[in-house]
Amino acid sequence: MEFIGEKLLQVVIALAIFAAVIGLIMLLVDRAPKSVKDKVTVAGFLAPAAILMLVGLVYPAIRTSMLAFTDAGGNANGFDNFVWMFTQPEALTTLRNTVIWTVLVPLLSTSFGLAYAVFIDKARGEKVLKSLVFMPMAISFVGAGIIWKLVYDYRGPNIEQTGVINFFRVALGMDPKQFLLDAPENTIFLIIVMVWIQTGFAMVILSAAIKGVPVELIEAARLDGANAWQQFRNVTVPGIRGALVVVLTTITIATLKVFDIVRTMTAGNYDTSVVANEMYTQAFRAGEPGRGAALALILFLMVLPIVVYNARVLRKQREIH
Amino acid sequence: MMRRVKTKLTSKWATAAAIIIAVVWSVPTFGLFVTSFRPAAKQVGPRSDGWWNAFTDWQFTFKNYADVLTPAGSQSANLSQYFVNSIAIVIPVTIFVLVLASMAAYVFAWGKFKGRDGLFIFVFALQIIPLQMALIPLLQFFTQTLQLPAGSYAQLWIAHTMFGLPLGIFLLHNFISEIPGEVIEAARVDGAGHSTIFWRIILPLSVPALASLAIFQFLWVWNDLLVALVFSGGTADVAPITQRLAEISGTRGARDYLNPAAAFVSIIVPLLVFFGLQRYFVRGLLSGGLKG
Repeated sequence: MEFIGEKLLQVVIALAIFAAVIGLIMLLVDRAPKSVKDKVTVAGFLAPAAILMLVGLVYPAIRTSMLAFTDAGGNANGFDNFVWMFTQPEALTTLRNTVIWTVLVPLLSTSFGLAYAVFIDKARGEKVLKSLVFMPMAISFVGAGIIWKLVYDYRGPNIEQTGVINFFRVALGMDPKQFLLDAPENTIFLIIVMVWIQTGFAMVILSAAIKGVPVELIEAARLDGANAWQQFRNVTVPGIRGALVVVLTTITIATLKVFDIVRTMTAGNYDTSVVANEMYTQAFRAGEPGRGAALALILFLMVLPIVVYNARVLRKQREIH
Repeated sequence: MMRRVKTKLTSKWATAAAIIIAVVWSVPTFGLFVTSFRPAAKQVGPRSDGWWNAFTDWQFTFKNYADVLTPAGSQSANLSQYFVNSIAIVIPVTIFVLVLASMAAYVFAWGKFKGRDGLFIFVFALQIIPLQMALIPLLQFFTQTLQLPAGSYAQLWIAHTMFGLPLGIFLLHNFISEIPGEVIEAARVDGAGHSTIFWRIILPLSVPALASLAIFQFLWVWNDLLVALVFSGGTADVAPITQRLAEISGTRGARDYLNPAAAFVSIIVPLLVFFGLQRYFVRGLLSGGLKG
């Protein structure tokens, strides 16, 4: 167990250096002459974060955008990487899968999350029921991948099944199925894992929003003779529209960037790859940083309109309140 | 009135549907948990069967956990090393992000300088850059320009801190800008400088927001795989537990029976953090500009 001591030492040294830097900044801020004190404070407090973000995000984003127009050797090759992306069958499969993911995951997660939030609203044991569905949010995508590999586990037709779903299939007289191997439906089975994780997020946000809908409105609708479905459709849903948009867009962005689930469960084989996974494979495994960068750029362009829309909705809401 | 609405909304069918969803959502994790305690022969090979049979044949063992944690040759999962790595990565990163983000958020909320609002919007906008866009150039910068050694934590600490700052600044700014101006003004009249105000007033008052951000940051870094794959070099010296887990579950073989135990070792910490501090986690989610 001697490795622990060595590793701990590294951590302690890092923290000490960090504390020294911060201490130095505080000292400079305090000792600065009165005339420039405010300026030194702004600079001192902002500089570390600003430098890290410039080096870690702004500069790489610009570099990647340029890299997208180069080949494996680093020479400019115009739009070749994008031509590859939109003509090669494997690359096209990747794009198609990404579209399927970004349509299905937000829709399904939000529907399940909303239904569950409504069902358990003010029910007995609401807190426990919430925790159970929310829990996957804390589990890593890698962990979730292993959990679901077990659920999808496959054994030959005439031996005991070890996966829950194949157990039920056999019990119902069907043949066991290789869920992760059979394209194209295997993408759907990977998507279910993401839905399993994101439903909890949708449920928590929507549940808070539902509690914000005035009870008087629902009661009024009830007195007017609206049934439970009509109350939900005409009072609750309009009342939580803002939250619904935010949940849908947030999950869409998370889905576009999803990488670990595909990586752990199929490694992108059997026609299951998505843009985020292919980007990693091309840039760090296949030695094609240009193609990887082009895929990253596409990812950015897909995320961009959603974020802009999201920001506008948020601003509108702020103005109303 | 509350009473009547209550009876109206919680019909028997709704409760039944909710319980079904809750069961379906819990079964996968529960299955992993049960499997992780089953003997190897029950998991793989000719005598293997589903984990639900464990309740009738009642054979449980801690051997999987012992095998997964203790180092025994290069073939072993050796998870205790990687577990320590995860801790050694996540703790400094969380502290770095909390301190640096709150310093920046303080200046954005209470400092006076030209272009403040524009710059803040720019920082907010940085959140839209997908991690994938930063990886290739950042790796080149670390290894070629800075010459950071590959087998050390430094690359991971710095990369995670960089990626955590935009959201951190945004979340903390929302909270710090709501602190009443009179409190800060009063301290200033008493002769307190910026650093005193920051450490003695701003930070103590921001504890709820700091707790939320700390949990986010902790879960995000602990559960990360992509950043680790690119920057850790993959050795037992620095790679986190998620990376090792992905490795051992990716290779099919005679040691497959160790995967459930290994997975459970890696998810137990985030689960504990989650159940212990769920209140702060939810509050953080709701305040991330999401409440509107």
